[in-house]
Amino acid sequence: MKNFFLAVILVFSTLFSSACVDKGANTTTTGGDTGGDIKVGVYGDLTGGTASFGQSTKNGVQLAVDEINAAGGVNGRKITLVIEDDQGQPQQATTVVQKLINQDKVVALLGEVASTNSLAAAPVAQAAKIPMITPSSTNPQVTERGDYISRVCFIDPFQGSVMAKFATNTLKAKTAAVLGDNSSDYSKGLTQFFEQEFVKLGGRVITKQTYAQKDQDFKAQLTAIRQQNPDVIYIPGYYGEVGIIARQARELGMNMPLLGGDGWDSPDLWKLGGASLKNSYISNHYSADNPAPEIQNFVKAYNAKFNVAPDSLAALAYDAAKVLADAIKRAGGTDSAKLKDAINATKDFKGVTGIITLDANRNAVKSAVVLETDPSASKFNFKETIYPEGMSAPADATSNTNTMMNSNTMSNAGMTNSNSMNSNMMNSNATNLNTNSTMNANR
Amino acid sequence: MDTFVQQLINGLTIGSIYALIALGYTMVYGILRLINFAHGDIYMVGAYAGFLLATLVFNSEPSIFAFVIVLLGSMAIAAAIGMAIERFAYRPVRKYSRMTTLITAIGMSLFIEYLFVFIFSGTPRSFPQLIQNDNYTIFGSATISASQMLIFAVSILLMITLQYIIFKTKIGKAMRAVSFNINSAKLMGINTDFVIAFTFAIGSALAAAGGVLTAQYNPKIEPLMGIIIGLKAFVAAVLGGIGNIPGAVLGGLLIGAAETLVVGYGNSIGIPSTYRDAVAFAILILVLLIRPAGLLGTNVQEKV
Repeated sequence: MKNFFLAVILVFSTLFSSACVDKGANTTTTGGDTGGDIKVGVYGDLTGGTASFGQSTKNGVQLAVDEINAAGGVNGRKITLVIEDDQGQPQQATTVVQKLINQDKVVALLGEVASTNSLAAAPVAQAAKIPMITPSSTNPQVTERGDYISRVCFIDPFQGSVMAKFATNTLKAKTAAVLGDNSSDYSKGLTQFFEQEFVKLGGRVITKQTYAQKDQDFKAQLTAIRQQNPDVIYIPGYYGEVGIIARQARELGMNMPLLGGDGWDSPDLWKLGGASLKNSYISNHYSADNPAPEIQNFVKAYNAKFNVAPDSLAALAYDAAKVLADAIKRAGGTDSAKLKDAINATKDFKGVTGIITLDANRNAVKSAVVLETDPSASKFNFKETIYPEGMSAPADATSNTNTMMNSNTMSNAGMTNSNSMNSNMMNSNATNLNTNSTMNANR
Repeated sequence: MDTFVQQLINGLTIGSIYALIALGYTMVYGILRLINFAHGDIYMVGAYAGFLLATLVFNSEPSIFAFVIVLLGSMAIAAAIGMAIERFAYRPVRKYSRMTTLITAIGMSLFIEYLFVFIFSGTPRSFPQLIQNDNYTIFGSATISASQMLIFAVSILLMITLQYIIFKTKIGKAMRAVSFNINSAKLMGINTDFVIAFTFAIGSALAAAGGVLTAQYNPKIEPLMGIIIGLKAFVAAVLGGIGNIPGAVLGGLLIGAAETLVVGYGNSIGIPSTYRDAVAFAILILVLLIRPAGLLGTNVQEKV
C-alpha cells in the first residue's frame, strides 16, 4: 500500500514540476528596461467560476500581441506575455500580481475582468508603480486606487443608467425588481446606479433581493419577486448564476424581460440558461454584428485563431493590449512613470470597442450598446446604442428620435458622419442594421 | 398563501437533497464515529459521473430511460469511489486515533476537490437535460417542475429502500450490530471490514443520487459545488441527531425549509437573503446548546 501512495505522489510531483519548467521557460528573459523583449503580465480567471472571462481576455490580449509582434513589435522590441490564473478569487489575484511584479518583472499589467479581483490587485500594482490597465472592470472604485490604474471600458454609473433608460424608454417599464450578487462589487455598483437612474426616470424599484456567488438555488428570491409582479427584473450578475436564475424564473412562470450587464456575456450563458433566456436584454461594450470594417476584421481574425466568436471581454482585452502598446510607443520605452503618463494621456484611440479617450479619472468614456438575447442561435443581437451624457452622438442620430427607421441615405449619412466626426462607430451599426432605434442620452 | 406554499416547495426540494447527503454522514458516523468530510465531494463526484455518462453515453432526446441509466450509473460509480476512499484512505489509519481519521477525511476532501479542478478545470459545466422539465400548477400560482417532483419521488424511494436494507436484510442487521459495538460484532463473526465498505458504498450512492437530481434541477456543476452543500447536510445530520437515520431526513428537510423561508421573508424583517448559509449554522448552534444529541438522537454516555 505504501508503495502505491509513493507511486501516486511521484507521478504528481513529476507532473507539477514539469508544469513549473514550462512556466520557467516563459520567464527566462530578464525584465526591466534593458532593451530586450517587453514583458507584460496578464492575470485573470482561467479556471474558476467566471473562467470564460479570463479565457476571452487571454485570447484577446494574445491576438493583439501577435499582431503587434508580427508588425515588428513596439519600437523594434517584441512583447512577451506572462499569463497567470487567479481562479477568480481576490486573494489569488493579489498573489499572482505580486508574483508578476516581483518575480517576472513585468512592465505593465492587463487584468482583471471581475471588479472585485481588480480591486484586490490594484493596490499592489499602485504600490509597485506598475501601470495596470483593466480591460473590463466597470466598478468606479477600481481606478480610484491610484494613478497607475486605468481602464478601457466605461464605468458602472453609466452602464447601470443605460439599462434604466432602456427599461423606461424602450420597454416602457414602470416597476422593476433587482436581484443582485451581494458578493461582487460589480453587481452592487450596478444595482445602485440602475436604481438611481430608474427612479429618476419615474420608475419604481419594488423589491431588491440578493444572492451570493456559487449559490445554487434562487427560487426563494424569485418567488418573493414574483409576488410583487414587476415589469422587469434587473439581474446584474455573472453568467454562471444568471443562466440558472433565468431558468428558475421561467420555471416559476415569470415571463417578464430579464435585464443584465456585460457580466452575462459568455458562451457558457447559453449552455446554462438555454431557452429561458428569451426576452432578455443586456448592456454591453460592443456588438460583434457591427459591420464596421475594424470590428469585422477583428471578429474574423479572432475566429480564425480561436475558433469561437469574440465576446466583448475579448474585444476589450484586445483594445487594452493595443492601448498599452500605443502608450509604450509614445513613452519611448517602459519607464514606469513615463508609461503611466502615456497611458493616462490616451486620446481618440480607435479601438474595436469604440474610440477610447481616458478622462481625468482614467476611465474610458464610451457609448454602450443594448443587446437582445437570441437563445436559439446562442448569441446576442444588437438592439440600440446609448451614449453617455456629454458625448455627442453623430449628428444624424442626435436629430432623430427613438423610433428612427432609417433609409439608405440616412445610413450612408451615418457612416460618413461617424467617420468624419471620429465619433463612435457603433452608430453606423445602429443605422445599418435597419431595424433598430438609436437614442441619445442628451435628449 | 400561494407564495408561502411555493416557498415551502422550494425549501423541501433542496431539503430533500440535504437529506440524501445527510444520510451518508449519519450512517458512516453511526458505524465508525467518523465525520466523513469528503462526503460532500462525493455528491460532486456523482454529479460529474452523471455528467460524463449523460454526455458520452447518451446523446439523445430527453427520456426517463436515459435518466434512470444515468442515475443508476453514477450511483454505482460513486459507490465504487466511496469504497475505494474507505479502503485506501481510511482503513489504513483506522487503527490510530479517531482524530487521525478525521484529519485524513479533511485531506481526502481537499484532494478530491482539487483533483477535479485539475481534471475538469473549475469552469462550470452544464448538465444535459435528461427529462422534459414541464411545470405543473398545484395550488393557486404555486408551481412545481418535473425535476422537483423527480427529486421528491426519487429521494422518498431511496429512503424507503434504505430503511428496508437496514431493517429487513442480513447486511442491514450486520450494519446495526457494527454500529452498536464494532468489537463485539467482530467476535460474533461479522466481517466488519465488509460492512464498513458497504456502508460507504450506500452513503456514496445516495450522495451521487443527490448530485444527479440536483443537476437536473439546476444544471450547473463545478468541482467545488459539494463544499457548502456538504457542510449543510452535515448540519442537517447533527440537527436530526447524528447516527440517527430518520433524524438525518428530518434535519435535511428542516434546514432546507428554514433557509428558503429566511430568503423569502427575511428581507421584510431586515435579514438579507445572503444570510441563508448563516441560518443553517445558527440552527446548528442552537440545537447544540439546547439538545446536544440532536432532535431525534439519544444521548449515549461515553464508556471509559
